[in-house]
Amino acid sequence: MLKRTDHLSKRYGQKDSWTIDSYERDGGYKQARRALHMKREDIVDEVKAANLRGRGGAGFPMGVKWGFMPPKSDKPHYLVVNADEGEPGTFKDRTLMEHDPHSTIEGCIIACRGMGAHVAYIYVRDELHLSKARLWAAIEEAKAKGYLGKRPFGIPYEVEVYVHTGAGAYICGEETALLNSLEGKRGEPRLKPPFPAQAGAFGMPTTVNNLESIAAVPTIMSLGGDNFSKLSTLHPRDGGCRLFGVSGHVNTPGVFECAVGLTLRELIYDLGGGVKGGELLGVIPGGSSTPILRHDEMVDAPADDDPLHEWHGMSVLDVPMGVDTFRGIGTMLGTCCAIVLSDKACPVLAMHNLMRFYRHESCGQCTPCREGSAWLVRILDRIVAGEADLSELNRLHEIANNIMGNTICAFGEGTAMPALGFLQKFRPQFEAFVTSGGKSSTRRLDL
Amino acid sequence: MSFELSPDNNPQLAEILSRYPNKMAACIPVMHLAQRDNGGWLSEDAIAWVAEQLDLPTAHVLGVATFYSLFNIEPVGEHQVWVCHTLSCALNGADRILSHCEKRLGIHASETTPDGKVSLWTAECLASCGTGPMMQVDRDYHEGLTTEQVDVILDRLLSGGS
Repeated sequence: MLKRTDHLSKRYGQKDSWTIDSYERDGGYKQARRALHMKREDIVDEVKAANLRGRGGAGFPMGVKWGFMPPKSDKPHYLVVNADEGEPGTFKDRTLMEHDPHSTIEGCIIACRGMGAHVAYIYVRDELHLSKARLWAAIEEAKAKGYLGKRPFGIPYEVEVYVHTGAGAYICGEETALLNSLEGKRGEPRLKPPFPAQAGAFGMPTTVNNLESIAAVPTIMSLGGDNFSKLSTLHPRDGGCRLFGVSGHVNTPGVFECAVGLTLRELIYDLGGGVKGGELLGVIPGGSSTPILRHDEMVDAPADDDPLHEWHGMSVLDVPMGVDTFRGIGTMLGTCCAIVLSDKACPVLAMHNLMRFYRHESCGQCTPCREGSAWLVRILDRIVAGEADLSELNRLHEIANNIMGNTICAFGEGTAMPALGFLQKFRPQFEAFVTSGGKSSTRRLDL
Repeated sequence: MSFELSPDNNPQLAEILSRYPNKMAACIPVMHLAQRDNGGWLSEDAIAWVAEQLDLPTAHVLGVATFYSLFNIEPVGEHQVWVCHTLSCALNGADRILSHCEKRLGIHASETTPDGKVSLWTAECLASCGTGPMMQVDRDYHEGLTTEQVDVILDRLLSGGS
């Protein structure tokens, strides 16, 4: 259901929205001040009640994650905020950093208190120079006001926030690769366990949260966790409001804040202004690692006890966008930023484009992913050049299946799942492309 | 020729070190600092300098330098142009922008103009999907590009402006 909200984005477009004066005029930093007087477990309970499913893509409940941090420990605890935004199609965290960096800083203060941490690192990809500058400036402003440092708001609970910068590696968005990168190493994912809550940054208890999740924390505290959760039509499983992005072949691409429970149809047609240059071919719902949905796919959930039964027989475009609902329809919600393809775009070329991305970004640590992603591209090169035969389509399946489950981190699945999605859902187009040497295709992605 | 940080940047080195519980964590920010100070790339000497500052083996710093795409271990042009060619931008004409840049600069992606002014690169998703096609020039994003706008930007770079 389309329900626009403005808890995260109300200052977007306002004059000087990124300054502390503007933020405080809108009630900013009241919740951080209050939280520093609260007991740690009360903050975590509030966040648990918000039912916020992590906004970075995996959808893990944020409050539960905070609860994994050791209650008592002599070791330093760390909060690490993931703003290594680089999942193709995803451009939401950048808007928060550019337009409203103080909500993230306030979120860091509350989160640090909630997990017993005194230091937060915000990991921003290097290319986002404006985002980094806005965050650093916000940190300086908050320090000057006495909201960060040894005694924030005069309370003896030290909180320091730093921006840490990557150097161009998508894999550093994976939380353990990010931790290695923060520690000054190559961004190669770590084996889990140990999980970051036991041994994360510098071997210490650490929580890694997506930037949008942290930026929502002041809103959770001011509305109350339960009220925040109830904004969503999927309450209590998947609570609150979030940023939805839409790009590709739509008339009005952008980032829109809505209550959780929006449908893809509403995102594409009501917010995105409809499909540009043709009819809908398919939509990648939440960043390139989430398998594509065809325009004519229907929900198949005849059993009464199927969680998707409510939408049985309806178009997948009319299912509310939630972490569990989208898993139920065979894809993932991911970052909630959709890429729309019109029927003028060739699905073979779209897959080729994305597989090139994964080959480039594979960290090279695990053989199935390093070699598999390269072989996917090599075969797709042959298909696009009109040199392949039909057996090579099966080879693509085989390679993707050999990556699945055989790697240290989820990048492998993130490559194989969208590959299999394209192959299974557009099999006739792939076969026609191969047998006609490409003549069956529009041979283009742009309009 | 050995590498030394320009004196102006010495306070920055100390400030970076103060953010972390150990020296190794400063590796990437200090490498960025050294690369900026060394004309946009990390020479063997610059890598050795970073290693010395942070008490790290040179091989560690070289390993980090070769992992991340934004560290250059060979000289690059005075200006960097990255054209995003991942799906959302490709659906909106990224290939057109890239081939226009190639034609205009007379080079292919991953090359530098003979006068050393401009290096052209393709980039994977720069988180600007709603405003594609786009390119990054040095530290700035240019979004919703037309080939006419690309001409204006490249002319300015080639004529010596920034």
